[in-house]
Amino acid sequence: MESYLDNSATTVCSKRATDMVVRLLTEDYGNPSAMHQKGVIAENYIKDAKQKIASTLKVDEKEIYFTSGGTESNNMALIGASLANKRAGMHIITTGIEHASIYATTEFLKEQGFEITYLPVDKDGLVDLDALSDALREDTILVSVMQVNNEIGAVEPIDEIAKIVHKKSKNAIFHVDAIQSYGKMIIRPRKSGIDMLSVSGHKIHGPKGSGFLYIRDKVKMKPLILGGGQQKGMRSGTENVPAYCGLAEAATEMYENFEENIEHLWNLKNRFIEGVQKIDGCSVNGKTDMTSAPHIVSVSVDGVRSEVLLHSLESENVYVSAGSACSSNKPAVSRTLKAINLNPKLLDSTIRFSFSVHTTEEEIDYALSVMGEVVPKLRKYVRR
Amino acid sequence: MKQSFLIKYGEIAIKGKNRYIFENALVDQIKFALARLDGEFEVTKEQGRIYVHTDGEYEETIDALTKVFGIVGICPTVIKDDTGFEDLKKDVVEFVARHYEDKNFTFKMMARRAKKTYPLDSMEVNAALGEAVLYSFPETSVDVHDPEVKIFVEIRDKIYIYSDEIKGPGGMPTGTSGKGMLLLSGGIDSPVAGYMVAKRGVTIEAVYFHAPPYTSERAKQKVVDLAKKVAVYAGPIKLYVVNFTDIQLAIYENCPHEELTIIMRRYMMMIAEHFAKADGCLGLITGESIGQVASQTMQSLMCTNEVCELPVFRPVIAFDKNDIIAISEKIDTYETSILPYEDCCTIFVAKHPVTKPNLKSIKKSEKKLEGKVEDLFKEALETVEVIEVK
Repeated sequence: MESYLDNSATTVCSKRATDMVVRLLTEDYGNPSAMHQKGVIAENYIKDAKQKIASTLKVDEKEIYFTSGGTESNNMALIGASLANKRAGMHIITTGIEHASIYATTEFLKEQGFEITYLPVDKDGLVDLDALSDALREDTILVSVMQVNNEIGAVEPIDEIAKIVHKKSKNAIFHVDAIQSYGKMIIRPRKSGIDMLSVSGHKIHGPKGSGFLYIRDKVKMKPLILGGGQQKGMRSGTENVPAYCGLAEAATEMYENFEENIEHLWNLKNRFIEGVQKIDGCSVNGKTDMTSAPHIVSVSVDGVRSEVLLHSLESENVYVSAGSACSSNKPAVSRTLKAINLNPKLLDSTIRFSFSVHTTEEEIDYALSVMGEVVPKLRKYVRR
Repeated sequence: MKQSFLIKYGEIAIKGKNRYIFENALVDQIKFALARLDGEFEVTKEQGRIYVHTDGEYEETIDALTKVFGIVGICPTVIKDDTGFEDLKKDVVEFVARHYEDKNFTFKMMARRAKKTYPLDSMEVNAALGEAVLYSFPETSVDVHDPEVKIFVEIRDKIYIYSDEIKGPGGMPTGTSGKGMLLLSGGIDSPVAGYMVAKRGVTIEAVYFHAPPYTSERAKQKVVDLAKKVAVYAGPIKLYVVNFTDIQLAIYENCPHEELTIIMRRYMMMIAEHFAKADGCLGLITGESIGQVASQTMQSLMCTNEVCELPVFRPVIAFDKNDIIAISEKIDTYETSILPYEDCCTIFVAKHPVTKPNLKSIKKSEKKLEGKVEDLFKEALETVEVIEVK
């Protein structure tokens, strides 16, 4: 038996998305910029993909820009908006629990002369709204907050944050990293007051190398990738038609069966939490009620190094991640876990389980039984 | 274009009656090194010299040859038939034209007339060829005491023209000094130790102790990668991967913690020696260096050494870390060695390990393993994974 519980790292590409990718690689493979018929066909595929994605967010298809994935979307949003709006101010606000693709980018912008404020979070990973309100200034041009934290599954109060931002700083653009939330939550950028939104394809059963950035009409942006002027000059380079259309199929699937999918995920998550809490030494981090994300559970195991636990589970075909899988192999301490003030001795003893619509109850039960066997064994051996 | 190289070797030449064994081994190693490159090649032994003739890429060939132990120098050589002295003059001038872009140098002709029927003697050849070079390239000048370039012309059945000597690695050809078993970890020192002993002609086998889940698949892959890098010099390496977890846990459960590392290393030596003897190795090789860590003090080394019957060779025993790093950079193992995949074993490292272990006390502690570790030891030997690293 195998139990793949690392769906926040990446997911299996769905059949429908895969079929689309293959068709566009082997049959309708034209360059959308070509003047002949094959080009027109490819261009229509892209239009169609944009429409499909726009309809999941109830926005205009003209506001969707395809990228190579979440990291590029986040880079494009932050650097593009900062450069285009720096005359209005040089102040940027974000949080202390963002993904590396936000954190590394704000640190880069700091080197370029921007001032960055990192907001604190509470023990559940929720942004301190008073601190946000205090930090906002007239020269604040950009606020970036993730909707769902990738390590502990905290859901940030995006609507409230947007209200506070737009009320206090007229010039501020509000960017949301929705890489872990898109497909698992209903998102309405217009209603919520979101100006930019980053999404990755391979986290929702689309192909790797696909993503998009929603940019609300009239947001001033500068492109990062220059060239032939594709995507209205905002992101040059021949469109990766197979990846973008695969992403659109995956997104459509996620929202077609949305209610059912979410119910399934909650069933898995509750089942898992109930089981894991019975294992000696295991504790679940952050909120676990309906205000948390339905697919992520962070578990600390007292006295066991996360990497050792991960390899033990792996030897029984249970796949999880330690810390954040996206942030390279280096055993660095997680900024998120530090920010929620996790007991320091658990920082290196925390693993993440993440589920998908394809995960079954049997996989959950199997993973729990393996945990139940492995954890007591490993806890016997601590450094003395 | 066909290119020839004269291969110079040092120590082999003085090995008396065994000389042909060493020469043949060197020829084999050169063939092994060149076989990986594109192009046809031929290795010949003529009058106590080894020549390589190849139509392969020049830089690539040099790079491969500078990694063959036993080679002291490599001279790019032009080989011609004797078609008269006028032709030889032209050939030497052409040789200078092709090998030196900047002709602003001092030189000396170094003719050697081995073929006594040649119409001119060495002195006359030197004078006439020197004049020809000076005439063709007025920027050059002759300096017989301290020349920048020595141009060698050897007149034998054929004529050999060469000048620069590219330094080889020295040492002895692999396969001429028996076999040794290297204890290979993922660190910096052990690959260097393996390289150094291989340089003396020793064929290397290696053993790695894997401790899943405390060490990861990536840590194991790293050791395979390191073995591959050493194999570039040492030739193919037979790598034993021993699953050491259960023995380690048994030691952890039964023995005093400050002695864990010493006892663990004694078991590693015993296992390494088992495979060494089975394969006819004549010694163990480790990357230990006095005082580097608690388990490498003189006292600790004495304790770990005590379990072995075979000699244990420790080529970096008196090297400082920086010196070892310098060699690892030279042989290109450093970058791989410092990849961070193996710090999960820390639970098996006592916070305050003994630095001056007492053999009696260690043996007393090991008594506690009796009846518990024997089966695990046997199992570790039986479940070993063998990887042929090329």
